[in-house]
Amino acid sequence: MSTGTTRTAGVVVVGGGQAGFSVASTLRACGYAGPVTVCAAEPHLPYQRPPLSKKAHTEPDELRVSLVPESFYAERDIDLRLGDDVVALDLAARTVRTRAGKRVPYSHLVLATGARNRPLPVPGADLAGVHALRSLDDALAVGRALATARDVVVVGGGFIGLELAQVARARGARVAVVELADRLLSRAVSAQLQEHLRQRHEESGVRVLTGTAVHAVEGTDRVRQVVTSAGILPADLVVYGIGAVPRDELARDAGLAVDDGVLVDEQLRSVTDPRVSAVGDCARHPHPHAVGPVRLESVQNATDQGALVGRRLAGQPARYENLPWFWSDQGAVKLQIAGLRVPSDEVRLVAGDTPGRLAAYAFREGRLVAVETLDWPAEHLAARRLLDRPTPVLADELTGTTLGGLARARRAAEVPS
Amino acid sequence: MPTVIFQLPDGTERKVTAASGTVLMQAAVSNGVQGIVAECGGNASCATCHVYVDAAQSELAGGPNDVEDEMLDFTAAERRPTSRLSCQVQLSDALDGLVVHVPEEQV
Repeated sequence: MSTGTTRTAGVVVVGGGQAGFSVASTLRACGYAGPVTVCAAEPHLPYQRPPLSKKAHTEPDELRVSLVPESFYAERDIDLRLGDDVVALDLAARTVRTRAGKRVPYSHLVLATGARNRPLPVPGADLAGVHALRSLDDALAVGRALATARDVVVVGGGFIGLELAQVARARGARVAVVELADRLLSRAVSAQLQEHLRQRHEESGVRVLTGTAVHAVEGTDRVRQVVTSAGILPADLVVYGIGAVPRDELARDAGLAVDDGVLVDEQLRSVTDPRVSAVGDCARHPHPHAVGPVRLESVQNATDQGALVGRRLAGQPARYENLPWFWSDQGAVKLQIAGLRVPSDEVRLVAGDTPGRLAAYAFREGRLVAVETLDWPAEHLAARRLLDRPTPVLADELTGTTLGGLARARRAAEVPS
Repeated sequence: MPTVIFQLPDGTERKVTAASGTVLMQAAVSNGVQGIVAECGGNASCATCHVYVDAAQSELAGGPNDVEDEMLDFTAAERRPTSRLSCQVQLSDALDGLVVHVPEEQV
């Protein structure tokens, strides 16, 4: 309808996920008056992704959780183009070309393209009954398959795989999780906590095979079994979650610096072109909590980075320093992480006052840098409050008290009542 | 179909009608009420859907459950006696006309 000549160029956001939505809504909330266009690949209104692997998949409507109703976009004059993703960037002309062949001019471009699942690199991965799980459509397909599945093989013992394993258990299926590494969540969680997590999954009836490779998926019309290094597993449904790769090829093709994610500075501007920013899963950025440039895949990171760029483009620049945090509901198990741990950090495991509650405190040079908790949300929130302040938490301060106790004590000292 | 009134920090209010059984947080989010962030999607994991129930109706709405009670100690905005996580408040016809105040900050 629009030829692109009637309006001045404004902000064009590539991607309609949590990060892209956050950019657009923040721009308007901060009074940005220029045109805002969001080009989204999927046909659905921007929606919440966390429930897709966590909910029971029985009620499609329960999964279809739009971030805001459709009226939100019109009321704020946000041009949301669903199902018309961007296929090329022209940095010199400052335009993007969409799949439908439209050229949209920009004064600033925000890449919020997210990540895609790493494909399952074995024979038979294209058989019916083999699913990845990232989008709403993926989740609806898995939900339908779960209605009749009896033997479910989950490939990958990461967040998505473990969440889905518990969903499948709750639906009454026999479930095996096959993980190549020696431990579940091997990169995300400290070794001290991993064993407890494994135990909880096994107690719920999930068979956990770590240190196990998948060689092939076999069947005629559809999947019948999975061939692994630990033997053959019967399967009428296979769901895999073996990591994600950033969707950074648009940026790379246009000549922007890319290294497993679009390289951006501390204000999330492309290091190559200051008229381009990148946010969320597709951005690699410096961060005061990280040792080197880091790419984070989380709702918090997507939302906060989108908001930072939205505010910056509305005239309120800032550096990206938000405390990273993550959560994963795996059936009855609630795993939460605050801060960024590296393998060399020293970890201390602390039990809560109620059975099942655990916290792993990670220290670097005697200072608390990250906290992982199982079934202990209050301790997680205390960790977020404490790690987000300039005053460090020293290892000695946590002798005989929890972070919750320390946070309450510090608050009482700040505001004498 | 209970009606809930959200009093926003800027002094405006939003009136929202939701089916009985709906969770208060979801009623806010699906109607685009600003200031209810609900990062975790309603699993009592993040404390970013914090609200203050109007003092006169506090008893009617009930108090927090145990986990919620602990989490309320660490909300971004100050905790008050009427604090609740809106993801833990289930709407019913008895709560028709409920007034909740949205705090200044959630994260």
